[in-house]
Amino acid sequence: MSLSVDAGSRTRTVPPGPRRHARPPGGRRFWSWLDLRATPYLFVSPYFILFAIFGVFPLIFTAWVSLHDWQLAGDKTFIGMENYTELLADDKFWNSVLNTVGIFVIATVPQLLLALLLANALNKKLRGRLVLRLSVLAPLITSVVAVAVVFTQLYGRDYGLVNWVLGAFGVDPIHWQNEKWSSWIAIATMIDWRWTGYNAIIYLAAMQTIPKDLYEAAAIDGASPRRQFWGITVPLLKPTIIFTVIVSTIGGFTLFAEPVMFGAGLMTGGTTGQFQTVAMFIVKEGFRDFQYGYAAAAAWILFLLIMITALINFAIVRGIGRSR
Amino acid sequence: MMNNTRRGVLAAVAAGTLAITAAACGGDEAPAAAPSAGGSAAPAEKIEITLNTFGGGENFAYDDAVAQWNAANPNVQVKYVNLTDRFEDTYLPQVLQWLEAGSGAGDIIAMDEGAMGLMAARPQYFADLGQYGLDSRKADYPAFKYDVGLNTEGKLFALGTDIGGMAMCYRTDLFEKAGLPTNRDEVSKLWPTWNDYLEVGKKFKAKVPDAGFVDGANTVYNSVLAQEAGKNGGLYYFDKSQALVVDKNPGVKAAFDYVQSLSSAGLTAKLRSWSEEWNTAMQKGGFATMGCPSWMLGVISGTSGDSNAKKWDVAAVPGGSGNWGGSWLMVPSQSKHPKEAADVLNFLTGKDGQVAAFKEGGNFPSAIPAQQDPTVADAKNAYFNDAPSGPIFAASVAKLAPVFFGEKHAQVKAAVEEVLVGADQGSVKWDEAWTRFVEEGVKAAG
Repeated sequence: MSLSVDAGSRTRTVPPGPRRHARPPGGRRFWSWLDLRATPYLFVSPYFILFAIFGVFPLIFTAWVSLHDWQLAGDKTFIGMENYTELLADDKFWNSVLNTVGIFVIATVPQLLLALLLANALNKKLRGRLVLRLSVLAPLITSVVAVAVVFTQLYGRDYGLVNWVLGAFGVDPIHWQNEKWSSWIAIATMIDWRWTGYNAIIYLAAMQTIPKDLYEAAAIDGASPRRQFWGITVPLLKPTIIFTVIVSTIGGFTLFAEPVMFGAGLMTGGTTGQFQTVAMFIVKEGFRDFQYGYAAAAAWILFLLIMITALINFAIVRGIGRSR
Repeated sequence: MMNNTRRGVLAAVAAGTLAITAAACGGDEAPAAAPSAGGSAAPAEKIEITLNTFGGGENFAYDDAVAQWNAANPNVQVKYVNLTDRFEDTYLPQVLQWLEAGSGAGDIIAMDEGAMGLMAARPQYFADLGQYGLDSRKADYPAFKYDVGLNTEGKLFALGTDIGGMAMCYRTDLFEKAGLPTNRDEVSKLWPTWNDYLEVGKKFKAKVPDAGFVDGANTVYNSVLAQEAGKNGGLYYFDKSQALVVDKNPGVKAAFDYVQSLSSAGLTAKLRSWSEEWNTAMQKGGFATMGCPSWMLGVISGTSGDSNAKKWDVAAVPGGSGNWGGSWLMVPSQSKHPKEAADVLNFLTGKDGQVAAFKEGGNFPSAIPAQQDPTVADAKNAYFNDAPSGPIFAASVAKLAPVFFGEKHAQVKAAVEEVLVGADQGSVKWDEAWTRFVEEGVKAAG
């Protein structure tokens, strides 16, 4: 990109070099200014305008709503921080936080490890490498809802495939929605099925930028492939791992479609909230019980939780490979 | 960086799409902006009235009625959109958002009885139907149906469609397997009371252990509660001053206790109403009976499909009559064509519209002239072994008691039934269930 528009520096007056016109007459000066100074901003403005409308405004408006007892199609009264104090004492909210974190951990940790190993395998010289690489991405292009519907049928209590297979080994039918552990596992498998390939491709792309001579040198020094993987590949992938961990954190904390479909489309996430995530809690409060203010407060707390968790994960992942 | 570039492209695409959509809307606006020049019922330009309903299977069964109207009124075309099969958790929130936003709702929207208290307390969102002369329809309705359509300002904002006369649907193939009678008159005699129904269930389960006697907690609970509400001053979860009475209304406790006795005896198939598994079980004969208000016939025939025709039949409900459900139609004040919408509403809730809906989906008419029409009064339902659905529901409806719905009826109903489903399915222990039931009710009432 050698486009020589300069939007930043104020000191620079006119680009050097031969001028075609000695001095622009009065009217031209405006056009020249527009061309040099304003155009770059105009070019980037659509993104920022849309971001302001769909990003910044909702954020601020949600904060404003969260300070009210705001009934959908009803009364709106200002109550200050009351929604937040009530929320922090609400068992159901903390239950949804626990579910969200629990599902995130049992889904993400195996997922990223598996993606790393998968990427390492795909980085080898294989027959039909392109086909294999593309096929790990296939789950990503299926719709989330379709995935959830199919998996929910597989995990059906009475007519599901999983229980049928387990039944062949003499296991009694499991009502997957009924217990925390079983519902979490079911939902985690949906997430992993969809996202493992995506993360593997990202890791693969990063692996291909690692210079081959590092491996050759290590091989000459007698490092085993396993040692090379942990000693060279993983440390050099660190920025990419940090990226995938943060993206997964955001995805995991806003988990919504899978548990909703798994729970017959309800926001309650099971009869006692076994798999109600924070996102579902927010929708339930806002759009089932019509307490907009309370839901808005929960949304802001979720935002803070994501920030905190992303920072913690960042700190943890940054330490990877240090000791080695 | 790369991400930003991509977003920029997306933004550009989004902006383009917006422009196109806006242009498309503008195109639609043009005829709408020109009102009926002649001042007659038929506007000069063709307009479209959107009708929003909810419900599974045949739902409001307006296909034929709408076709009739559209054929007779080329300039006022009705678009019939059934939004979802779920009322409390999907349809109602969507409608409230549209009302608050001031746009999005159809020109006519359907509302279940559970949310009528809420809508009556929001007069600002609905057109006054009296303004279009529909208050003249008062004589068509029994008082309890008509009065629910009056808002807190005493104005008519909704007219009734169907009512939920009560029956018990059963599978003849499963009854035969259990050695029970399959003829509907004999089946009705098996269970004059709910206790008899429980005893029949035990006999059934002894012979056919792999199918449930009843689907789950929801339909029986609602059937019993509907009868009990009639006995207890027409109250469900709220009294007439909008105070929560979930723990004080003996009717609620009686319905709860009955479900517990059924579930503890192992007679339910432990299914949640309106879930995928419930639908599948309905098709595969996973349960033998199900509490059946008149509109449920359409749900069963729509869900079970042609391969199960004649396998279902309709008997009397234990404990006599009852009312569960029934709906109303209303015109949101945001409609651009309230007059035409009111005309369509008048037709759909009138004799012809209600008779057509009954023929198509078995939805029992609330308007008296429609109930007296021979099509309804002598009707048989082919899907249900030619059951005389007309007389069965007419008998149960004749004794209907008026009931009262609080402003937050729908939320409390959803919350407490969740506890019942949980207890039935085993995630809540029965001895803790009543405490939890009341707690959830109190929380949902806010």
